Amino acid sequence: MAMSQIKEDSNQTEVVKSESAVSVKNITKNYGDIEALRDMSLEFPRGQLTSLLGPSGCGKTTLLKIIAGLLEPSSGYVEVNGKSVTGPGPDRAFVFQDFALLPWATVLNNVAFGLEMRGVAKSERESIAEKYIGDVGLAGFENSYPHELSGGMRQRVGLARALSVDSDVLLMDEPFSAVDEQTRRKFQEDLLSLVQNENKTFLFVTHSIEEAVYVSDQIAILLPRPSRVSEIIRPSSFRGKGVDNIRRDPEYLDIVDDIWSSLRTYVE
Amino acid sequence: MYLFGYRLPGMSSLILWGLLWEIVGRAKLTFFVPPLSEVIETLFSIIGTPAFQKALLETAYAFSFGVFFAVVIGIVVGILMGKNRLLDELLLPWVNVFLSAPLTALVPVLMVLFGFGMQSIIITTALFAVWIIILNSRAGVKQINRSLVDMANSFGASPMDAFFKIYFWAALPEILGGVRIGIIRAVKGVIIGQLLISIVGFGALFELYSANFLMAHFWAVLIVLFALAFTISEFLAYLERRVSYYAAKR
Repeated sequence: MAMSQIKEDSNQTEVVKSESAVSVKNITKNYGDIEALRDMSLEFPRGQLTSLLGPSGCGKTTLLKIIAGLLEPSSGYVEVNGKSVTGPGPDRAFVFQDFALLPWATVLNNVAFGLEMRGVAKSERESIAEKYIGDVGLAGFENSYPHELSGGMRQRVGLARALSVDSDVLLMDEPFSAVDEQTRRKFQEDLLSLVQNENKTFLFVTHSIEEAVYVSDQIAILLPRPSRVSEIIRPSSFRGKGVDNIRRDPEYLDIVDDIWSSLRTYVE
Repeated sequence: MYLFGYRLPGMSSLILWGLLWEIVGRAKLTFFVPPLSEVIETLFSIIGTPAFQKALLETAYAFSFGVFFAVVIGIVVGILMGKNRLLDELLLPWVNVFLSAPLTALVPVLMVLFGFGMQSIIITTALFAVWIIILNSRAGVKQINRSLVDMANSFGASPMDAFFKIYFWAALPEILGGVRIGIIRAVKGVIIGQLLISIVGFGALFELYSANFLMAHFWAVLIVLFALAFTISEFLAYLERRVSYYAAKR
């Protein structure tokens, strides 16, 4: 840890250790000679949102895909709910940066796809899918195709698909980076209430400092070459103040500034 | 196209070429080209004859079996090559060789291997069509969006699920393009098979008519064959347009 940690609550650290939904233990990932991740360990507390934040090339997406079971680490292991990860599993669902929707399928079939892969019968998965389509605010678009929707609506489909399988852990890979600024703000607010209302653990990869501080219970700053966790920040005071007040809270602004000053040397 | 402000229906240019054919035929420039009207008259007179219908049936039989095998094998092999690097390295050189090889020269070998019957004709037809279907299916899979594959894996898709629910659909626009070209090649294959292996079907009619200088008959059968191939190809082009809405957005 290069920099002193900002306002870390020692009581919460205790809770964190025993209540991790996801534990990353000494993960190293090599692509040939290139070391993408070196000996990385991280804890993701249950029921909270943890952001992975860092400059591009710091391996945050690689780490997320290892946790998802889509990539194999060169050494080390990942535990989800105490069980070692060997591949993708029903305890995790992934939200993709480019939405990863099936262009030939309707919104309904896209949302139901995860349930279909898990062997849920057609009528049941469609009624579950319809519920989540309504939850993300897309009721009435069940029979539309992805190319008929805006970017923001497409990511709502991706989110509904991930929510519909009811996994404990939601892995989000820069989910809002491909939508416009205003939609992104709305998404961030919706995400906060989602974290509050759903009893799920969120892992959130982003390259936006403001976004990370705004939505996160815990922010892990990753630094590149080789990728490592440089510090963990837990904002403490502004989370309960309501979505409208966060962006002018002094702690929010301080954390944003501190993160930028520690990252700026890594940005060309 | 517009002419003097009127919108011309598709393929209006055929009228012009038909007229030219008629004029050349009437001018008796060569016995090889009888007037179009005579060809069409002959067409209607032979279309009901048992000889013609038997030829049509035999050709359709060999053609549909050949195309069926070419499509099934071509799509499966093509998708697997696109997915699997090792298989791709093993098979791609052969696919490219056979795609451009003069397959007609291989027909005698097929006759030795599979005899002089329908079997050899079907294999010839399939051989003409299969390579381009393989290459196109492979190309369709190669351009697949990686995150669709990741997405399917993250939800625990089995290899079969991934094959039928991701790869096949993602590659479908290219697959249909390949099948369309493959079918046009299969028309060539089935006639060449019928001419070289055993003289049956339309091949037999061509042989009979050209040997006896029955040019009107010859052209009539050729027109029927063109029309059939064209209809199938247009039908597949229609299917291609049906999936084109997502071809650009995968």
